[in-house]
Amino acid sequence: MKALVAVKRVVDYNVKVRVKADHTGVETANVKMSMNPFDEIAVEEALRLREAGTVDEVIAVSLGVQQCTETIRTALAMGADRGVLVQTDTELQPLAVAKLLKAVIDQEKPEIVIVGKRAIDDDCNQTGQMLAALLGWPQATFASKLTISGGDAEVTREVDGGLETIGYKLPLIMSTDLRLNEPRYASLPNIMKAKKKPIDTKTPDELGVDVTPRLVTLKVEEPAKRQGVVKVGSVAELVDKLKLEARVI
Amino acid sequence: MAVLVVAEHDAGALKPATLNAVAAATELSKAGAGDIHILVAGSGCKAVADAAAQIAGVAKVLLADDAVYDHGLAENVAPLLVKLAPGYSHLLAPTTTAGKNLMPRVAALLDVMQISDIAGVVSQDTFVRPIYAGNALATVQSKDGIKVITVRGTAFPPVEGTGGSAAVETVDSTGDSGLSHFVKAELSKSERPELTSARIIISGGRGMQSGDNFHLLESVADKLGAAVGASRAAVDAGFVPNDYQVGQTGKIVAPELYIAVGISGAIQHLAGMKDSKVIVAINKDEEAPIFQIADYGLVGDLFKVIPELDEELGKRNS
Repeated sequence: MKALVAVKRVVDYNVKVRVKADHTGVETANVKMSMNPFDEIAVEEALRLREAGTVDEVIAVSLGVQQCTETIRTALAMGADRGVLVQTDTELQPLAVAKLLKAVIDQEKPEIVIVGKRAIDDDCNQTGQMLAALLGWPQATFASKLTISGGDAEVTREVDGGLETIGYKLPLIMSTDLRLNEPRYASLPNIMKAKKKPIDTKTPDELGVDVTPRLVTLKVEEPAKRQGVVKVGSVAELVDKLKLEARVI
Repeated sequence: MAVLVVAEHDAGALKPATLNAVAAATELSKAGAGDIHILVAGSGCKAVADAAAQIAGVAKVLLADDAVYDHGLAENVAPLLVKLAPGYSHLLAPTTTAGKNLMPRVAALLDVMQISDIAGVVSQDTFVRPIYAGNALATVQSKDGIKVITVRGTAFPPVEGTGGSAAVETVDSTGDSGLSHFVKAELSKSERPELTSARIIISGGRGMQSGDNFHLLESVADKLGAAVGASRAAVDAGFVPNDYQVGQTGKIVAPELYIAVGISGAIQHLAGMKDSKVIVAINKDEEAPIFQIADYGLVGDLFKVIPELDEELGKRNS
């Protein structure tokens, strides 16, 4: 069977984002961009399924501007077999992404689709669940362990109270949590090889999807700053401050 | 029209996160969105519905009591919300793992964009929400008919859990999707308060060096009536289970007092606790980023400082 992974191009997690002076968004010009860290975990999990013989092909899909090709190349360098780019300059929100992915999935017919649970830019945490809804598939969100046998999957999920294991029918959408695996680094020979792997480019029009944003961003601001630290010299002084000044204990 | 809040519960009891979501619903109601109703979907959860009926400001409780809703499987609960949706302008759930799992599925079935993790209500269609791990706040306006929303609990002080007297109405089950089934849960049991509703939290990081050393924090926690949390580094190192994790990927907390012990202050940890009222940092590295957001900082070896703190609190309590 085939596995499909969705990979998003986001501001690198090491970059401290700055709000633009005109409050229309955050600075992305001349900022390092990388694959969303949760999506790296998704790629890794798909590769492990292929290495275990459970799937025979891993397809990496990215959606957005032309430069998303670089994100697909990263997935190909990790070991994915081929890529699909859905290219558009329109801002894509999770509902539109889910619709575009559904259109790609209708063509590719994978049995398992793995996505990051959340992108670290918009922090929406929606795409996997929406995609599952549109396809009428089950959704194994926040996964920390996956076992596939026959037409069924068992997934351990990270939930607020601890861990929960749910059984699902394939085909399945799974969204990754941090402890699912540790993604591999791409080796230099694999980075070279990735340049020759095929990437198919499509557009939202070709896929018949209206991607008009449903949410309008009116403004983006910086959060309120904190006062600054008061250094204390001893435990007794700390307890005094908490009791008498801050009055929290 | 009215506002429907999905109750967070574990079949036996209503979870406090529900009260924060009702607080957001109350703001919508004040902005003209109508009555507040609560949906309790589960199995054997009549007691939860009765508790929900006591919540201040709630006009009606809908009870969907059926085995297919046990454990809140999104594949089964989403169709129920879709069926109820036409009577509502807003569907809300707390930003918990249950709410985050369920609501986007509902939104997609209704062909609307969810508004995730709102931290403020500007009007019936405009909301403030954190992006980039809380390093920026976006004000967004929804153009969709029905607003599907998850609510950041720490941004909305809870409403009173008592004082209301809503009617409980039963609603029919939408049946089993046949797509998923519950296998097992390994949930942590603790006598201490839950992280997301605790007034005081003491958290340990990589500096704790081992899981065993967390007993130092537990002793202090018990003297303060506090919950115990951890950084992602401490969870990844296997010191404590995943449900201890405070941070962008774990739990978002905003207690009166947050004590960070041996936590350097990675962006993703700060995102989960920087809205706490008072932050104390205890770290041997005075350059640690945690001091940049702390109110009080103590530079020192935690293995000396924490036992001292424990003793000092014991002395003053007695």
